[in-house]
Amino acid sequence: MAIADVKEYTHLSEEEVEQIGRELDAIRQEIEDSRGAADVAYINRMIKIQRGLATAGRVTMLAGTWGGRFAPKVEKPALVAGATFLGLAKILENMEIGHNVMHGQWDWMNDPEIHSSNWEWDTAQPAEQWKHSHNYIHHQFTNVLGHDNDIGYGILRMAREQKWHPYYLGQPVYNAMLATLFQWGVALHDLDLERIRKGEKDPKEMKRQLKQIFRKGRNQVLKDYVVYPALSGPRWKQVAVANATANLSRNLWSYVIIFCGHFPDGAMHFTEEELEDETRSEWYLRQILGAANFKGGPLLHIMSGNLGFQIEHHLFPDLPSNRYAEISVKVRALCEKYDIPYTTGPLHRQYGQALRTIIKLSVPNSWTTSNDPAPPERSDTANEPSRDRRRKSDAERQPRRAELGAWTRSPRERSHD
Amino acid sequence: MAATIPWERVRKAGHTLTTPLDPDDYLRFLNPLWTSRELRGRVEKVVPETEDAATLVIRPGWGWRYRHRPGQYVGIGIQVDGKFQWRSYSVSSEPQRKGRTISITVRAMPEGKLSSHLVNGLEPGTILRLALPEGDFTLPDPPPPRMLFLVAGSGVTPVMSMLRTLDRRGTLDGPEAPDVVMHYSSPTPDRMIFREELEALAEKHDRLTLHQLHTDTDGMLELEHPEKGLDGICPDWRERETWACGPGPMLDAISEHFEKEGLEEQLHLERFQLKLGDQGGEGGTITFRNSGKSIEVDGATTVLEAGEEAGVGMPYGCRMGICHTCTLTLVEGTVRDLRSGDEFGQPNEPVQTCVTAAVGDCTLDI
Repeated sequence: MAIADVKEYTHLSEEEVEQIGRELDAIRQEIEDSRGAADVAYINRMIKIQRGLATAGRVTMLAGTWGGRFAPKVEKPALVAGATFLGLAKILENMEIGHNVMHGQWDWMNDPEIHSSNWEWDTAQPAEQWKHSHNYIHHQFTNVLGHDNDIGYGILRMAREQKWHPYYLGQPVYNAMLATLFQWGVALHDLDLERIRKGEKDPKEMKRQLKQIFRKGRNQVLKDYVVYPALSGPRWKQVAVANATANLSRNLWSYVIIFCGHFPDGAMHFTEEELEDETRSEWYLRQILGAANFKGGPLLHIMSGNLGFQIEHHLFPDLPSNRYAEISVKVRALCEKYDIPYTTGPLHRQYGQALRTIIKLSVPNSWTTSNDPAPPERSDTANEPSRDRRRKSDAERQPRRAELGAWTRSPRERSHD
Repeated sequence: MAATIPWERVRKAGHTLTTPLDPDDYLRFLNPLWTSRELRGRVEKVVPETEDAATLVIRPGWGWRYRHRPGQYVGIGIQVDGKFQWRSYSVSSEPQRKGRTISITVRAMPEGKLSSHLVNGLEPGTILRLALPEGDFTLPDPPPPRMLFLVAGSGVTPVMSMLRTLDRRGTLDGPEAPDVVMHYSSPTPDRMIFREELEALAEKHDRLTLHQLHTDTDGMLELEHPEKGLDGICPDWRERETWACGPGPMLDAISEHFEKEGLEEQLHLERFQLKLGDQGGEGGTITFRNSGKSIEVDGATTVLEAGEEAGVGMPYGCRMGICHTCTLTLVEGTVRDLRSGDEFGQPNEPVQTCVTAAVGDCTLDI
């Protein structure tokens, strides 16, 4: 099922929808006005812990491999500990620091060292391309069929409205591959391979993007699979394996968290019609209906970049992530007041539902039933025709919305050569 | 330079270990000064000068260049309520080739949140952000044979750097020494920053004459007064190269006086506050592209002020065209630099929003 008009779907009057918008604006204002030294201390502490973990991981591995020559028993535990530290460091950097800094959540500090315009994260995708494919395309066109390239990432069929093809029979396998190689999948995401294949992509832009990906990917590979292993001398292979393990665990973890954002049951899809003349308040509503939270303790939320508050993150992508927990209390109350669905559940259940959808949608719709809650019986939402999965170019899209928040282009992006 | 090349190479090699970050991003946790990504300095000492002024002795970190020209200012950035705020202060210490520290002297302004914090709230050991020295209010080398300094209040600081330089280089002694007259206004003797040092310098050097004016008791300097004015203090002022630094109204009066006499070529001014508006644009509608906001403004309103009024989260620092924190990309239209009158209108040209105003409609990328 896909929604063509959030207002009709939620049975809300125009006035009520506008009121919800005003209440959400008020929540944003309150957080903006209260950002201060405590928030700065939070992000600085995260960065300090993350860099400490990264250093500890590298040093432990080196010490283990060299020390192992004299005391062979220490090598293995040192490599395990080192890979664990490094994996945690990469997860923390990608999820709680990099992703959020690049959203401009910390730009208000006016600190060029923690700023969306120049943050580069510890993964293969160049920050600049992420800020286009994620901050703009995904966050503005969230779950709109044919617009949001994150619905299945051009690899998987994640909505019943997407046309079935025998290719999708292999979906469980593609899914496992995507999870394993997640950072490389993400790295190629903004390139849009399909448009390249069809020859629709501007060759100059393609060359620029490929160059960026190559440079970034090369540096990442050199660091983890050449330089650090080389420093371990004869035990280079063990260090390369440990680094690969750290990268793999980061890939699997970020894959799980990201798949819990929009693929559990209850996260709705929308049709193109919804985008026409969409107001700020309707955009807010679409974000609530299109995202899914998961529950957990503070540590789980930090390690997942506070994306367990996916709904709050989609409403306010540029507010500091450490405030999403307190925002969620208010958003949830708002949803109850207006009887708007607010999707949440434990992490394992949310991921289980996403996995079930992946498997179900690998076969034609008629073989399975939908798990969406209360399929609507109304004309505006039911029985949408199957849609092709062609990607839109920027020229075919609405320009960037204000609701996406603060955003600065990278200097490299500003110079067009 | 020979010593710096291998060092740069070491850091470049280190980058392969820390990519996408710099080694500096890790090293600063060992010592906050071991980074040149953003210049940093540590407050070594806070020396009270008067009741409301203090000298900060700052030890800059990696990447600093000590060779400032006497009279130049540096940017100081500190985090207030989590947000970096930037101001510029003249360096009061003399340039040293093998320097370890720089000094700035700050007066706490009644409404100046940042200056009061610098004077009263800073503990030695505090880490600040720094911006490299800039400014054209400097002493030429060699200095002209006859000089006049007209300063008031904390405007003494750049001139102090010049006098210390002259003193240390021995330029103020001997038959070739320049003749220097300094006129220093301050409400009371107690409020006079560097009073004792200046008196000692005047005592030491015959060719340095110091006039003190205590404006609480004797009134302001009346430039045109035959006895109390410039003609009385320094009859040959028309033949001197003059440097003036102090509050805006005083500088306005001085520059007006020099213009009347046709001597503006001989006058150097340092304004602590930017005087904008002379070179105004035409105004127009400024559109902030990403936030979708727009506002109609006149030609004297800076793009930064316009954005703030429209409710856009504008980045800013010193608000006087120094620190470049406020730089944004101009997508469409033209803006004018209110200081120089220069126009910027290339596609995607970066502009400093704090010193530019709209010339017709324009669109900014924020």
